Amino acid sequence: MQPSDWLQLAVYVVTLAAITKPMGLYLMQVLDAGGRTWLDPVLKPLERLTYRLMGVRPDGEQDWRRYTGSMLLFSLVGLLFTYAILRLQHLLPLNPQGFGPVSPDLAFNTAVSFTTNTNWQSYSGESTMSYLSQMVALAFHNFVSAATGIAIAAALVRGIARHSTKLLGNFWVDLVRITYYLLLPICLVFAVILVSQGMIQNFRPYTKASLVEPMKISVEKKNDKGATIKSPDGKTVMEEQTVTEQVIPQGPMASQVAIKMLGTNGGGYVNANAAHPFENPTPLSNFLQMLSIFAIGSGLTWYLGRMTKNQAHGWSVWAAMMALFLGGVLLCWWAEAAGNPIHHQLGAAVADGNMEGKEVRFGIFNSALFATVTTDASCGAVNAMHDSFTALGGFVPLFNMQLGEIIIGGVGAGLYGMLVFVVLAVFIAGLMVGRTPEYLGKKIQSYEVKMAMLALLVLCFTLLGFAAWASVSAWGLAGRNNEGPHGLSEILYAFSSAVGNNGSAFAGLSANTPWYNTTLGIAMLFGRFLMIVPIMAMAGSLAQKKLVPASAGTFPVSGVTFIVLLLGTVLLIGALNFLPVLTLGPVVEHFLTAQGKLF
Amino acid sequence: MKTFLSEIRSAVMVTLTLAAVCCGLYPLVVFGVSQLFFRDKANGSLITDAKGAVRGSRLIGQPFSADKYFHPRPSAAGNGYDGASSGGSNLGPTSQKLNDAVKDRIAQYRKENGLSESEPVPADAVTASGSGLDPHISPRNAELQTPRVAKARGVSEDKLRELIRENTDNPDLGFLGESGVNVLRLNLALDQPSGN
Repeated sequence: MQPSDWLQLAVYVVTLAAITKPMGLYLMQVLDAGGRTWLDPVLKPLERLTYRLMGVRPDGEQDWRRYTGSMLLFSLVGLLFTYAILRLQHLLPLNPQGFGPVSPDLAFNTAVSFTTNTNWQSYSGESTMSYLSQMVALAFHNFVSAATGIAIAAALVRGIARHSTKLLGNFWVDLVRITYYLLLPICLVFAVILVSQGMIQNFRPYTKASLVEPMKISVEKKNDKGATIKSPDGKTVMEEQTVTEQVIPQGPMASQVAIKMLGTNGGGYVNANAAHPFENPTPLSNFLQMLSIFAIGSGLTWYLGRMTKNQAHGWSVWAAMMALFLGGVLLCWWAEAAGNPIHHQLGAAVADGNMEGKEVRFGIFNSALFATVTTDASCGAVNAMHDSFTALGGFVPLFNMQLGEIIIGGVGAGLYGMLVFVVLAVFIAGLMVGRTPEYLGKKIQSYEVKMAMLALLVLCFTLLGFAAWASVSAWGLAGRNNEGPHGLSEILYAFSSAVGNNGSAFAGLSANTPWYNTTLGIAMLFGRFLMIVPIMAMAGSLAQKKLVPASAGTFPVSGVTFIVLLLGTVLLIGALNFLPVLTLGPVVEHFLTAQGKLF
Repeated sequence: MKTFLSEIRSAVMVTLTLAAVCCGLYPLVVFGVSQLFFRDKANGSLITDAKGAVRGSRLIGQPFSADKYFHPRPSAAGNGYDGASSGGSNLGPTSQKLNDAVKDRIAQYRKENGLSESEPVPADAVTASGSGLDPHISPRNAELQTPRVAKARGVSEDKLRELIRENTDNPDLGFLGESGVNVLRLNLALDQPSGN
């Protein structure tokens, strides 16, 4: 925990705080169907043309059912679109490596994964996906699943800010405006900056480089049919081979990585994701990627404040998020810097911390910060392998996801997730003082609380249910890369990531099997849509309510008391749901590491 | 029914339009601008030798094991530094397999570089990176390998230290990230006539 690391943390937090208001102001313009932006001269004609092609009237608003219906229909069409391209990629252009069609279960899993903004990947990009699949089938959802999340958050905020109406805006208009005015322009600039750091953007076939020093390796000898050969004493026969070439992947990476980060998608172009030197070439590209993960989510809290005419409320929600963020960073950073005592015993330098699965250019601090940011948000990109983190270092990303990714969170999803906790916090405060709880002039009644609880319980049941099933089934246990408590953590992490729509992994888990692909696919669908529907129902109900004037008994939704209550609600619900299983995974592993126990 | 059909039309048309803009126009514009202004980087920062053959990428590590070269970190990508299958070991803190590997690597590192049994070994020298393609080693790791390389090549350690400095990537803007010595660039510099 060097002074230079503290400086980097301070710069990160200050930069994030500084962009929150400008981003929020811009969101005010984008999320208003009639709003004007400085990009209107270029984009307005494109926007109008899109509406004409769609047959949508931009001034026609929808109630919560229509809004949700349009969103679900659009997601279904997008899912089928991606599934079709993946299954047919061998027949489509831009496939210089000649990759075959993606298997049905993997195509289902991947289509669901990108539609739900999860970007869980049971495959390695560089050996599975053609350039067309990356650029169209996958990057399409990187844009629109992000736009969908922001649209839902905007609809919920409108529901809170408006009164005595059924209308929450128009999904199609929100979708188009967010994509054109918010995501596209930022990505254009961001992608070029990433290329300037060394990220690739081309359509060439993979390059073959001849190694400076050819490498001798020992591999399993195969017979003509490709099977391994056993010697009479049962051992696999090995043979020496010399590797003289290195394959260097190519492709349109930067355009995809920009939206992957800004839209908190997180799906890596290549298997190693943002640890790969092409996908994250320098510490500066790393810093900008981490900033872009939080940029829109942070701006949305300001949007909430402005829309509800209570800027202190917006900042208080932001402050609660940042408190949880800092707690996570400090724990993860400390654990990784302290390193693994088992390896210290063997002679690894103590001061270097735990470098397994980390890149030298990022070091301990930027790996821990990235891991915390990517799981606070529902991004899921990784610049270090979480599976090789220390027990407590790995606990932080896991618990972040289980809290519901409400710490800034996925674009839109973080805000609407956090607002569920705000409603519960207000409700609990109301119970404590014995009054009907109010939130920004709206009475919180049983319907809202039921919907909030439904959203939370669906997540908890899906996550724990699937994880429990997998950890007592042959198909679930077969995927583990590690024995002992760490194996349980791998399974738990997979379903936490899927339900939370995060997409990062304890990547040792071999999840590209029909069982895992299907169960994780269902978990992702539940985690996304069974959360959105009750939240939209809540938004519809809040919009219809009349305003009650604030009185002396109204619980203020800003300030320290509110922040503490909100933090308490988040941590209490998260801890009650997940501490028992976490005890069997990372917590017990921490104590076993201290004792030097190996599996 | 009529509204449902018009909703389907909207969904299909918006999918096609946004796909054309975000997945056609946008990547092509980024492609054009990148190729115009950052052609070398957009194409993989490739290193070519005098004959024009590609020897690697400045950003992607390569395996080295001869005494006369600086050695990179252990790699879990394929059989080691396999550019087509990036990834880490994904072995956890209590893994017996990882423990055995680290133990062997520490013994080998000490033997190769003539370190005593009590000298701590840089962590990056005995752990696999996340990508398996990490181009860097820590400055301390490079320093400990210097006597071995100097002996194998018959050049002075000071000369090597100068080359190490030249091929070290320092923190961006002076404070972001960690210093790292680019092993491939360093070894290629060693093979240059002036470096020998």
